[in-house]
Amino acid sequence: MSSSHNAATGEPVIPFDRSETFAPLSARRLLVLGGIGLILIGMIFGDVFAVFVLHQNAARIGASLSNAAHAALAGDGAAVLTNFQDVGGFLENRGTKVDTHVHMIAFGYLALMLSLLGPWIALSANTKKRLAWVFLNGAGLLPIGVFLIHYVGLAYSPLKAIGWASIFADLGGLLVIVAALSYLFGLVKNFVAVQRAAVRDDLLADASAPGRLLLAGGVFLVLLGFLHGSYYAATDLYRHEALDYSILSQVSIGAAKQNGAAVERGLAAYGQLQGDKAVNIAAHAHIIEFGLLSMLLAFFQPYVNLRERWRQRWALVLLLGSVLLPVCVLLELKYGLVAGGLADVGGLLVIVALLAMWVGVLRYTGQLDAGDAP
Amino acid sequence: MSAARKILLLGGIALAVWGMSYGLWYAVFAEHQALEEIGSSLAAGFGGAAARNSALAERALQQYQQAKYVYDRQVDVHGHWIGLAMVLIVLGIGLDRLAFSERIKILLSASTLLGSFLFPLGVLLQTVDHGNGPRALAVLGSALVIGALAAFAVGFARKPAA
Repeated sequence: MSSSHNAATGEPVIPFDRSETFAPLSARRLLVLGGIGLILIGMIFGDVFAVFVLHQNAARIGASLSNAAHAALAGDGAAVLTNFQDVGGFLENRGTKVDTHVHMIAFGYLALMLSLLGPWIALSANTKKRLAWVFLNGAGLLPIGVFLIHYVGLAYSPLKAIGWASIFADLGGLLVIVAALSYLFGLVKNFVAVQRAAVRDDLLADASAPGRLLLAGGVFLVLLGFLHGSYYAATDLYRHEALDYSILSQVSIGAAKQNGAAVERGLAAYGQLQGDKAVNIAAHAHIIEFGLLSMLLAFFQPYVNLRERWRQRWALVLLLGSVLLPVCVLLELKYGLVAGGLADVGGLLVIVALLAMWVGVLRYTGQLDAGDAP
Repeated sequence: MSAARKILLLGGIALAVWGMSYGLWYAVFAEHQALEEIGSSLAAGFGGAAARNSALAERALQQYQQAKYVYDRQVDVHGHWIGLAMVLIVLGIGLDRLAFSERIKILLSASTLLGSFLFPLGVLLQTVDHGNGPRALAVLGSALVIGALAAFAVGFARKPAA
């Protein structure tokens, strides 16, 4: 690290050297590679889950609910309970997989952000490195624990309602919180320090075309997501909640009065309602997440060791996939599998672009370690 | 470091820690119980129907509706606090590329931070008060975030390069 003097302010200036901040096993390198890796695994898991589990699971939930309603219609209370136990199991299966997907990606985003904040964190390089490991361990442990909840259940658990998988998942969450709090402490320490090192980070000074495209495109995607969420909350959210209750009420009262037609109408309406809710929430969440990802990746473009033309192409591919997936998810109810297939293609485009950028970062680390980084 | 950046970075990380702590508390002390109540009340509703007891079915489903209402909001709040915190941090990091004066940057940053805290808070308060107050708080919070974000988008578009 070199030192100089700021002529304007008279403060001692200690610029950060890029090769040092991205040194082998440094906090920044761990968090960048680990963060993009977490996002990639989370997205691939999400795609596999969407193709092989989500729809089949939804069909099983619908079938069990229908069986429960028909059991109620037939006056068979025991069968009602059995079917609801099945619904509970299917919902847990679905919920834990969604949580695995979401948490892994969210932790990946957080890792990228913490790596960007690195120069402002007034902690030693060793402490930052240890915190990065703590963070990455927690970020890996929580999703794995959550994924296993459905399979491990309460086996050998010392607690009544929480199994070992949940306990390890919570431990992972705690590790992440400890790391994030420590980073916050380092940030505050930097702000309150009387004499602080001036931060000159090449990543933030980058003004390349792919970086600009990703940043502007990302902000636009997040804004679109917020507007869609507000529109949904204003027009559909409360209506959907009211419908959820009224339809179930229609089904149960229809069953109590042995009105089979009312039960069938209610079940059909309930399926439609669940689909409507699911696509709106998925579109809202995905467009914002992709926008955030795009904004984050904009800052890391100097580390993506690919030709400028290719970096621009991958930025465009990422933005294209980021729009295609949520839009096609919204169109799924109207156009069915065609829109669903296109949404999966959108997800694949984002994954491929992200993978290409990750490979670019790996190439950069290789060049850096060989001593001939640009 | 500029005041606007401090607001976004410190506020963003604090909000992320706050949202995670809330999620941890919720996962340990509330989520399992909430899911249990949702499942058991729904089953009781259909069980009541099987016993030809419409009143019991109706009561159980009302209980289900209330539990589901609370559960949905508690989960949403966790996700939104952390998600908005991430947006705050990223905006803070890229603040140099924003083509506005420092005063406007501070105003936008404060507005985004305030909205990011108030919007989920308003949603959470709906679980204890079904009146218009919490809804108004959530609308105000989201309006602050959307307005500020639109301005950020314009600022980045006006001067994309630092």
